Amino acid sequence: MKTTWLAAALGAAALAAALPLHAQGTVRIGLVLTLSGQFADAGNQLDNGIKTYMKQHGDSVAGKKIEIIRKDTGGPAPDVAKRLSQELVVRDKVDILAGYVLTPNAMAAGDVSAEAKKFMVVMNAATSIVITKSPYMIRTSVVLPQVMETFGTWAATKGGLKQNYTMVTDYGPGHDAEAAFQTGFKGAGGTIVGSVRFPVANPDFSAFVQRAKDLAPQSIYIFIPGGAQPAALGKAFAERGIDLNKTKVLGSGETTAEAALKSMGDTALGIITAWHYDYKLDNKLNQAFVKEFYAMHGRNPDFFSIGGYDGMHAIYETLKKTKGNTDAEAMIAAAKGLKWDSPRGPMGIDPETRDVVQDVYIRRVQKVGGELVNVPFDRVPQVKDPAGERRKKQKS
Amino acid sequence: MANANVKPLEVVFWLATLLPFVVTPNYLSLASQIAITALFALSLDLILGYAGIVSLGHAAFFGVGAYTAGLIAKHYWTEPLSGLLAAGVASGVLGYALSHIVVRFRHLALIMLTLGLGLLVHEAANSASALTGGADGLQGFRVPAVVGFKFDLYGTTAYAYALAVLFSCFLISRRIIHSPFGLALRGIRENATRMPAIGAPSRAHLRKVYTIAAVMAGIAGALLTHTTSTVSLETLSFGRSADVLVILILGGAGRLYGGIVGAIIYMVARDQFSGINPQYWYFWIGLLLVAVVMFLPNGILGGLAKFSRPRS
Amino acid sequence: MLASLAGVLFDGFAYGMLLFLLSVGLTVTLGMMNFVNLAHCSFAMVGGYATVTLMNKAGWPFLATLPMAFIAAGLLSIFLERTLYRRLYRASDLDQCLLTIGIVFISVAAFAWFFTSEQQSAPVPEYLRGSVQILGQSFATYRIFLIAVSLAITAVLVLLLERTRFGARVRAAVDNQRMARGLGIDVERTFMITFALGGGLAGLGGALAIQMVGLDPSFALAYLVYVLIVVAVGGLGSIGGSFAAAVLLGISDMAGKYYFPWLGAFLIYLVMVALLMWRPLGLFGKR
Repeated sequence: MKTTWLAAALGAAALAAALPLHAQGTVRIGLVLTLSGQFADAGNQLDNGIKTYMKQHGDSVAGKKIEIIRKDTGGPAPDVAKRLSQELVVRDKVDILAGYVLTPNAMAAGDVSAEAKKFMVVMNAATSIVITKSPYMIRTSVVLPQVMETFGTWAATKGGLKQNYTMVTDYGPGHDAEAAFQTGFKGAGGTIVGSVRFPVANPDFSAFVQRAKDLAPQSIYIFIPGGAQPAALGKAFAERGIDLNKTKVLGSGETTAEAALKSMGDTALGIITAWHYDYKLDNKLNQAFVKEFYAMHGRNPDFFSIGGYDGMHAIYETLKKTKGNTDAEAMIAAAKGLKWDSPRGPMGIDPETRDVVQDVYIRRVQKVGGELVNVPFDRVPQVKDPAGERRKKQKS
Repeated sequence: MANANVKPLEVVFWLATLLPFVVTPNYLSLASQIAITALFALSLDLILGYAGIVSLGHAAFFGVGAYTAGLIAKHYWTEPLSGLLAAGVASGVLGYALSHIVVRFRHLALIMLTLGLGLLVHEAANSASALTGGADGLQGFRVPAVVGFKFDLYGTTAYAYALAVLFSCFLISRRIIHSPFGLALRGIRENATRMPAIGAPSRAHLRKVYTIAAVMAGIAGALLTHTTSTVSLETLSFGRSADVLVILILGGAGRLYGGIVGAIIYMVARDQFSGINPQYWYFWIGLLLVAVVMFLPNGILGGLAKFSRPRS
Repeated sequence: MLASLAGVLFDGFAYGMLLFLLSVGLTVTLGMMNFVNLAHCSFAMVGGYATVTLMNKAGWPFLATLPMAFIAAGLLSIFLERTLYRRLYRASDLDQCLLTIGIVFISVAAFAWFFTSEQQSAPVPEYLRGSVQILGQSFATYRIFLIAVSLAITAVLVLLLERTRFGARVRAAVDNQRMARGLGIDVERTFMITFALGGGLAGLGGALAIQMVGLDPSFALAYLVYVLIVVAVGGLGSIGGSFAAAVLLGISDMAGKYYFPWLGAFLIYLVMVALLMWRPLGLFGKR
């Protein structure tokens, strides 16, 4: 009967796959990403960053070959992420767990990293508490409070703003960004005059933009996830026409991503954002990175890509320090305190919290050579995650 | 129709479910998630295959069960079996409440109502993020063991636990299907207008089976929470409702084993396709679905039944 | 405040028009043949990607790509109908679901393969950007365009249905298939043409949607729920029903977000549940 044959064939394939082929002198990395579904683009861009790094720096380090096994969680599915991470450890015998685009997936995998004692590199998930899930975990992407709280503080001090109306997407990262920005803004003497949350699956922002326009606060702060939303928000701006002289618009880096700027057009001029990476950053490393990335993948990198790129760099540097030893204790000891120059600027891994430390750029949208560009005009150097610092203080 | 005697093939099947412990010990985590999905699909079969209620929002009960189990583990105690019962009660209560609305409708209105109700429950959980953790999922709890057996990295305990619960619920379902209540359900499915004429009250029956299905779905959700120590909004999502519907149709609705067969085939296929081609596995799954529909009408079990029936 | 009410109604109406274009094909084919085509939004995606390709690779102007989006989606509909769908007219609803879901999955993967998962944009010409000021309230030019196109199409559809012989055949087949066949109407052929028309309209909707809501391979699944809501609330087989339902949903979604933002996504689902409980056959449904 057809089903029996199918089951037998699948069973045989499973058995065959169960036999590990771990050659001496290979370092296996289990890469868990969202490569299909709603968050596919983030996962793909992250993977592209990894591929670019390996093209530039070769696929072996410290005398060992790097082998990557890619797995797809399909979206926010911590049960699947946990199982895939478990299987990577138990069945594929990986030495390192890496990737993790979404917070719930990173949190679930953290358990596996802690229990199985595997070095883990979070290359995107941005919620602060993720880093606490395993003592063998480092992060090379960004932490939301790191940027947003800093931005809030900057806005109320150097930015010279007294009032703000916050508009964020109604989900975890949105709530975190809202809390972080408000903490920073209020802490530096500003007043939050109101707030609103957009539903997650929100294709049309015109109602919300209209609301903001009607209230006419001194400034507004916006946080939305990447993908289709920034462009949609941009269109709403373009249509409603917010007068940027009356109301300053502050946004997360996503609001002025490449696709968003394209659809917003000139109405984007003057929007101020804070973020840790932009593909137009003017330094030699970034220029080389963008060139190679574009040649390989036909599009420009974004912050997902740089998270993957620097994640690989952290792995390579750590392996060089441990001379190829993949024992979790040795790797995490070597990774703590790492510092390097990245296309995003100087960055490092905090020796105590194991979290990413980097510069936060304050940028303004301007026209440069006929193109709309996020031009950095201020910079807060080597920012540590303030939420992480507060956790440290609570413990001691 | 099907008789209630135990067929030898059934015994072989359930014995075979023990094989993964020996033959594929590295796949027990996957096996546990297949068992959980199979239980979920079985609960949908009770209302869809036997009572004719097509639901696009069944994940509401799965998720309510999952969150109940998670919240209990986080705030009260981490013993799983009592957590299972509590989860079943919680989703059963919701199922009973919603059944009053659901049984009054048919056809497209019924499908869309179940979809809408499911989406509303999902939204509620997202909004109540102080309680549920919102999009980040429920954090800060762990279920370490069940009846003394620790949940390990290999998933051995997880699979044993899930399989035991699946089997128990299966036995109960089997009992229900072959009882007079089950026969009445099938009567309602075939011809809803005629049933009251022979004295079988339709709506009460439907409410009952809807509640039972909700309880079972909630138990499946709780199983997921216990075996992975994670809960997220995904357990309440339209995606999960749609997946279980696809799985049940794939296996063959109204045949008791359809959900289980569908779960095995779909999830093994998905895992294999995703491993080989993580970016485009959708394509192969889609192809599998199209192929099954074209060559095996009424699902895999339905198509096999057609082939194996002697031509008269 | 009155001005912003006008703005909200206008935006909601425009959004509703988009939903209408995406849904009208499905309500007619579902009402006529009872064929559950969950792959309907894949046709919308085809239209969207046709526009993107013609504009970005072949440099066509936006307006010229719209008929091509319609034609491309329409052709694909005919192809699928002739090869796969026609074998399942007698099959159960569930089997039709499975087949069309399978097709959606295949289409999502195929488009991801050809176009990557990247967000696509179709930069519309200058005269369609920005907004016009009327009595102190700004109205987006593109939305005015969208409303105008949708109303024109609605008028053409109504004329087609009420005034032509083809339309009479369509109406007969929707009302009572067996009777129509008995009267000598070639129901299969009528259906094929209607199916192509519906798919083409979805394609056009997909092309027009890019400027408003973007385009990526997950579009086929993301909008399926909204389209199903419009079809169910409007009533199977009723174009007027789809129109009313789409407008109602578009406006309540927009108004909800403006006046009760804390209700967020609840409102559109609450409205649907309430409407379906009140009128299970849809606003203008017959069975």
